Amino acid sequence: MSQTITIDPVTRLEGHGKITIQLNREGEVEDAHFHVTQVRGFERFSEGRPFYEMPSLMARICGICPVSHLIASAKACEAIMSVRIPHTAAQLRRMLNLAQMVQSHALSFFYLSSPDLLLGMESDPAARNLFGVAAAKPELGRAGVGLRRFGQTIIESLGSKRIHPGWVVPGGVTEPLSAEKRDAILALLPEAYANIKLALGWYKQIAEKFRQEIEVFANFPSLFLGLINEDESIEFTDGALRLIDAEGAIVADGITASEFTQVIGEAVEPYSYTKFAYYKPLGYPQGSYRVGPLARLNIAKSMGTPLADAELAEFKQLAAGPVQSSFYFHHARLVDMLYGIEKIEQILSDPLILDKHVRATAGVNRPEGAGQAEAPRGTLMHHYKVDENGKITWANLVIATGQNNHAMNQGVLQAAKHFVKNGKFTEGILNRVEAVVRTFDPCLSCSSHAVGQMPLVLSLLSADGKVLDRVVRS
Amino acid sequence: MSKLKLATAWLDGCSGCHMSFLDMDERLLELAELVDLVYSPIVDVKQYPDEVDIALVEGAVSSVDDEKKIRKIRAHTRTLVAMGDCAVTGNVPSMRNPIGPQAILERAYLENVTAQAQIPCMIVPKLLPIVRPIHEFVKVDVFLPGCPPSADTFHAALTALIQGAPLDISALTRFGA
Ligand code: SF4
Repeated sequence: MSQTITIDPVTRLEGHGKITIQLNREGEVEDAHFHVTQVRGFERFSEGRPFYEMPSLMARICGICPVSHLIASAKACEAIMSVRIPHTAAQLRRMLNLAQMVQSHALSFFYLSSPDLLLGMESDPAARNLFGVAAAKPELGRAGVGLRRFGQTIIESLGSKRIHPGWVVPGGVTEPLSAEKRDAILALLPEAYANIKLALGWYKQIAEKFRQEIEVFANFPSLFLGLINEDESIEFTDGALRLIDAEGAIVADGITASEFTQVIGEAVEPYSYTKFAYYKPLGYPQGSYRVGPLARLNIAKSMGTPLADAELAEFKQLAAGPVQSSFYFHHARLVDMLYGIEKIEQILSDPLILDKHVRATAGVNRPEGAGQAEAPRGTLMHHYKVDENGKITWANLVIATGQNNHAMNQGVLQAAKHFVKNGKFTEGILNRVEAVVRTFDPCLSCSSHAVGQMPLVLSLLSADGKVLDRVVRS
Repeated sequence: MSKLKLATAWLDGCSGCHMSFLDMDERLLELAELVDLVYSPIVDVKQYPDEVDIALVEGAVSSVDDEKKIRKIRAHTRTLVAMGDCAVTGNVPSMRNPIGPQAILERAYLENVTAQAQIPCMIVPKLLPIVRPIHEFVKVDVFLPGCPPSADTFHAALTALIQGAPLDISALTRFGA
């Protein structure tokens, strides 16, 4: 008889998600889906509000990466104002964005995924969490907490609040950096370097144990999208987008925020509140692509900081062309973090970093504007239209999780096909299927900005799509 | 004394309240010596346990799933804490109330798309017509406002709740803090 396996909710994930797996009569996996189940309506209820309110409103889409929304939103507003923000403001925002990347990656790697990596995919679910990690390997648990604290402390110091700081505004930031705050941030660096080195060293020792997972965790050719600078080095806040194919050849280059919506489209599937982004010239789903740490390292030719450059060179040895397995998102995430720490140190040595001129002002000079940035989990784009008084008349957002949505669904199917045999599965096998989604670090609050929440459930459906079984683990 | 059971749950919120809870940093690891985190997005438990001492709930109630969850949580929890402004007042999620779910869904899935325009209907839960705060569905024991409440607020409030000591919320936080 055919069956459906349902995992609901998927845990150790940033939001509400479900997975369903459909088995045929022979007990082989026929299909599998990842469902996002939250909807919120930011695109619609922002209409009629003044555009300068948008950054702090849009930040409430997500408490994990509010800074990315603040920045993409402020940049869209600056396009409407037609201003270029002061150099120092740009540098401070770059630092804020990197601090957020470090804290968000720490959450993903240590709080959510390291229990699988340290304790094992099949270990006791009751201990398979951060507290279990802290008990089994205290220095690793503390390194994770320390790296998250590092990023959050910088955000608090610059923006006076760890979550939803009001400091980023259209035109720049509200307050310059003081010498005391700069020195306080500099004093955090040695501990952060020690923590990330510990994590990288440990990850490289254990990665080989996960050969099977590397093989089937969303391991397939795809396009990759991410921001780079003109010199082809990695970028999170400015620069332009590059899209490469599975062999590493450039498909599209120099994509600015205003061109984004011309080349990227969004499709809807009936089973998810998160949309599916794709490169329009190739259509859906052929034009699906991946974003985030793996995409960024596949695209960038350099990091522009010495320690991270050495790590990038090592990372590129993993494959002849772009690295395909999404398991390596974990590795790429650690390299991103090392880069973030080094780059923050570089930014703090900018002779203009304490400059008091940090905000440009202007009214509405264009009816439309778009802004893009790299969120920790991938490219983010905000696009607004306003009336002559600066009231929002239309808004659209394309978030990272939507851009990885197709790959996550395919990855869940690939892993389910590999691990679920003859209709048999264990708790550990279901955890492996969930772990595929964790590699992408999808942000379900972000991806549901449109309409709802993303629940993760694993259901087993018959070949004709009927839900036959629903396994809820307790 | 056996350890108290703590749960955290997430309805329609942005996760910022959960992130602020995690912002207790090392104090979170110390807290784990006094309480067991028996249910939370960060632990692998899929079903709400039968008897929970303290539950922190983030977010407003906006879908049929949220409503089911909050009723279940209430039935199995001694002290229910509405965590953050969304849980306490409806806050940002309730901004869709004057518009209604249909217009929200149409904008997102019929208008702002370039392929396969359709409103998702498989597995995903139905939206309630109006987003409302938790206390309009079930009794709430402690209101902890803030967007989000700070990590220090969490630490002070949880320490008091664990010890059964008096708790002066107004000294710790306020709306929009
Ligand atoms: S209260 Fe604020 S931080 Fe908490 S979930 Fe709501 S919007 Fe997010």
